[in-house]
Amino acid sequence: MKEERLSRIIWRRFRRNKLAVGGGILVLFLFIIAFLAPLLSPYDPGEINVKNILLSPSRAHLLGTDELGRDILSRMIWASRISLKVGFVAMGIAILIGIILGALAGYYGGRIDNLIMRFVDIMLCFPTFFLILAVIAILEPSITNIMVVIGITSWPGIARLLRAEFLSLKEREFVAAARALGASDRKIIFRHILPNALAPVVVAATLGVAGAILTESALSFLGIGVQPPTPSWGNILTSGKAYIDLAWWLSLFPGLAILITVLGYTLLGEGLKDALNPRLER
Amino acid sequence: MKKVIPLLAAFFLLGILLVTGCKQKEEIGALPVKKEIGEPAYGDAIVVGSIGDARNLVPILASDSASADIVGLVFNGLVKYNKDIELVGDLAKSWEVSEDGLVITFFLRKGVRWHDGAPFTSRDVLFTYQKLIDPEVPTPYSGDFERIERLKIPDDYTVRVIYKEPFSPGLSSWGMAIMPQHLLEKEDLSNTKFSRHPIGTGPYRFREWITGDRIILKANEDYFEGRPYIDRYIYRIIPDQATMFLELKSEGIDEAGLTPIQYARQTNTNYFKKNFNKFRYPRFGYTYLGYNLLDPRFTDKRVRQAISYAIDKEEIIDGVLLGLGRIGTGPFPPESWAYNPQVERYPYNPEKAKELLAQAEWIDSDGDGWLDKGGRIFEFTILINQGNEARRKTAEIIQRRLREVGIRAKIRVVEWTAFINEFVDKKRFETIILGWSLARDPDPYDIWHSSKTKEGEFNFISYKNEELDRLLLEGRRTFDRDKRKKIYHRIHEILAEEQPYIFFYVPDALPLVHARFRGIEPAPLGIGYNFIKWYVPKEEQKYTQ
Amino acid sequence: MLRYLTRRLLQMIPLLIGITIISFAVIHLAPGEPTDLVTDLQPKVSAQAAERLRHLYGLDRPLHIQYLDWLKRLVKLDMGRSFLDNRLVSVKILERLPVTITINVLSLLLIIIVALPIGIVSATRQYSLFDKASTVFVFLGFATPTFWFALLLMILFGIKLGWLPISGLRSLSAASFSFGGRLLDMARHLILPVFVSAFGGLAGFSRYMRSNMLEVIHQDYIRTARAKGLSERAVIYKHALRNALLPIVTILGLSVPALIGGSVIFESIFAIPGMGRLFYESVMARDYPVIMGGLVIGAILTLLGNLIADITYAYVDPRIRYK
Repeated sequence: MKEERLSRIIWRRFRRNKLAVGGGILVLFLFIIAFLAPLLSPYDPGEINVKNILLSPSRAHLLGTDELGRDILSRMIWASRISLKVGFVAMGIAILIGIILGALAGYYGGRIDNLIMRFVDIMLCFPTFFLILAVIAILEPSITNIMVVIGITSWPGIARLLRAEFLSLKEREFVAAARALGASDRKIIFRHILPNALAPVVVAATLGVAGAILTESALSFLGIGVQPPTPSWGNILTSGKAYIDLAWWLSLFPGLAILITVLGYTLLGEGLKDALNPRLER
Repeated sequence: MKKVIPLLAAFFLLGILLVTGCKQKEEIGALPVKKEIGEPAYGDAIVVGSIGDARNLVPILASDSASADIVGLVFNGLVKYNKDIELVGDLAKSWEVSEDGLVITFFLRKGVRWHDGAPFTSRDVLFTYQKLIDPEVPTPYSGDFERIERLKIPDDYTVRVIYKEPFSPGLSSWGMAIMPQHLLEKEDLSNTKFSRHPIGTGPYRFREWITGDRIILKANEDYFEGRPYIDRYIYRIIPDQATMFLELKSEGIDEAGLTPIQYARQTNTNYFKKNFNKFRYPRFGYTYLGYNLLDPRFTDKRVRQAISYAIDKEEIIDGVLLGLGRIGTGPFPPESWAYNPQVERYPYNPEKAKELLAQAEWIDSDGDGWLDKGGRIFEFTILINQGNEARRKTAEIIQRRLREVGIRAKIRVVEWTAFINEFVDKKRFETIILGWSLARDPDPYDIWHSSKTKEGEFNFISYKNEELDRLLLEGRRTFDRDKRKKIYHRIHEILAEEQPYIFFYVPDALPLVHARFRGIEPAPLGIGYNFIKWYVPKEEQKYTQ
Repeated sequence: MLRYLTRRLLQMIPLLIGITIISFAVIHLAPGEPTDLVTDLQPKVSAQAAERLRHLYGLDRPLHIQYLDWLKRLVKLDMGRSFLDNRLVSVKILERLPVTITINVLSLLLIIIVALPIGIVSATRQYSLFDKASTVFVFLGFATPTFWFALLLMILFGIKLGWLPISGLRSLSAASFSFGGRLLDMARHLILPVFVSAFGGLAGFSRYMRSNMLEVIHQDYIRTARAKGLSERAVIYKHALRNALLPIVTILGLSVPALIGGSVIFESIFAIPGMGRLFYESVMARDYPVIMGGLVIGAILTLLGNLIADITYAYVDPRIRYK
């Protein structure tokens, strides 16, 4: 089948990009850690022991302990779940809204398009981080709120992308054919056009997950990220920064974890972008 | 000095501790002051780090500690505490208290001038009093002044205060900063330029305020107690704790309050030993967890006692304060003469906690690990204010220990202003971790009396106990120290038994000052009381103009 | 040109209205009680509190009237007074704005100076070692949590090396410096914040430049140019570059909101009294008038950024006539 071949071409192109493959492996690795957290984590991540405050890395505590004597390795492992969750749920929400609005705008055009795109323009004017800050601080910082707010502030870009894809795809023959066969608008949008328009969305979403992880750490720095007792890389890093001269391990490991994860997602995303865009082929 | 102000976050207290001094002789100034004394000399500047900016420099409206720090240097009260915590005159030269305790007559210092040159007189005192009791003025300090029946000024240098009934904390309440009548009488205090450009009688004149960046004060050469040695006082706002510490490490800041970990470990390097002096003395106050007693779950004394048993205060002292503080047992710190050493202490005993909770019918009926009653699990929120590391850690430890007896606690962190205005004042909390910074006079009427539960008042946990109410009234009417002591010992006993608060700890103040500053004499009141006598020998001066 | 400008300005009006509506809506999330805290225990207290809030914001009137009232005052630049210190919101924002704008403009300049060459070279040598190394480098900038990176730099340059000041905007003795001295002093203070802020933004620009360039290189006219035997240099720098550069201008405008948002973080860590810091503080203290002001001003800055970008674009691109 033709599609089969195309995906193989894409895969081949992707595979050639070592950086992208590296990013993909990093992301995969992270999934495994998050999935196996209960097995991998040597201690209960919430176990406080004030006799073990700020111990440096040792055999008993491979990455040392934090300011309440908790094992950092265990906390880091459990926190990988949070960053996955924040990244994926937030992006899930953004994609859902983005797809619906983008598809509607692109497919129907006219006044609907106009209305939706003006809304997108308005949303794009706000310093997103201001909006996120305001809403989370006013409501309450909780994982749910953080995910939802990041989600509902990051859909406009996706909507735009999707609209552009729809605009060009809806003029293609296969759409006209489907219409001639009497397919409903809904069917045309979701069955025929959407699957062909998803490539740029996947790329944007991969990058968006990276962005969401960074946003959580920034919120943690400001004290309104994921709240205790749940560990997140952002809040471990934030509590660690006060002891950076005394307990470097408390900020170094979560800092690196964020850095590597985000790097992994972005390299993966960029690799996908290149692989999916035939024009960039040399 | 303030009657009772909520103990601001440790980060708010990073400023110079002029306002809240402390007691207990044996622990003062843990480290000897280094370097030879050198010759006192005028000049140089001190840079003090603060996490928060000031908000309002009208003294009776200044309710955050940054503003209070500045107000403390620019203004004076009628009385103040000396280093041994005895009341002495400030703007008042002397005073007399009538036999029945109803009348205090202050004789004011003559020749004191406001920073703009106008003379200070009794009219300024009258004016300040009128503003304090003016319902239009949103001051948090009106409480003590509402006890006054009349305030008379027979001449320019005499003030006679007549109380409605004997009021033992009366004299100390006159530590309140006095404001200039000639500049403010036509102003709306809530909306005046004065709030950003104050003019007082104090040792430092206001010079400049760059919002969010720094406040600069300049020595008042005509100060009635003599010109301060240090020429400039620079209050630098550095919002991030870690940045603040790096500034200390690069000598960008001369004075800051340390966290326990900074004190005990991070400043134990040669650099800090060479360049700074550390001080340590107990704060006059305590940190506690308060229950909202309008919540039916907490009205049961057994539940409150159970929670006290479920928490290990030793662990909190070790883990949060690194031993730099002591366990609290009631509404008075150990340094207070009102402190009763023989009260219930609630040692860590999770078994007993579970037992008491079971008596109150909180049991884990469905085996999910959480206690429940009537189908609802025992779950509540601990509200804390932002930026206070000690309280955040305390909350995390409690959360963990409560989990072990089957109670689910959530932590919510809210910024100070919103914390007070929207949650504490309106009683929108289930439990709350806060601190009280106390006046030297032990009268705790405002915190515990059942009439003080209105919005914005201090009994926001809505505690009510008839015996306590009676004792509180009696305490503030009694002038005899021994009789008062007995009353307060009983009050301490009742509150320890009833546990409307979990009294956690009395933290130590841990200021750090650059070693070039001399003349610091740690005393029961702390180090800030003789700030005008601090100096830097000429050859060591750093900031010359 | 004038007509084009007028048209663009007119187009901004519906956007502005949308911006104000959203800002207004965000704030009205607030007076509804925080959900998790028990408020129904004491109906009397909550009722009183609610009433006071209502009175304060004029919330007892219909929503559209409140909005129109606020809008009317906004047009006159009257954004009310801060709950915290009773100062005019416009004054509070204005005194903070110059710092934030300065840092962001400098950081944009730095980004352009560094990111564009990286993008161009990466594109012309796609999959080369330089391409890969620079990709990792710019993404490192994007992926490093800003505040952590800032702290590390402060330790390195402020303490270990002692070359640069750690925080703030001016030295304590700056007042006694000459004008030039003051400028130099300020510049020294700005190096780290600008660098930190720019490092995070490199990725977006350089990658965009790279893909633009790649796209242009594959276009027919470039092939034609090559076929005509022009040197590779001439092809790239004369023909391709010009066309690839144009869209960058638009991205400049679009990147303004991210920069303004990011200023919250580095202004906190570097103790810089700017707009981001002000916004954060007012959000945390629920200082609603300042929050609304901050949202509106932030969005208007973006609009202005876009406008400037569009005008520049129109100016540079011969294909666009101002109609």
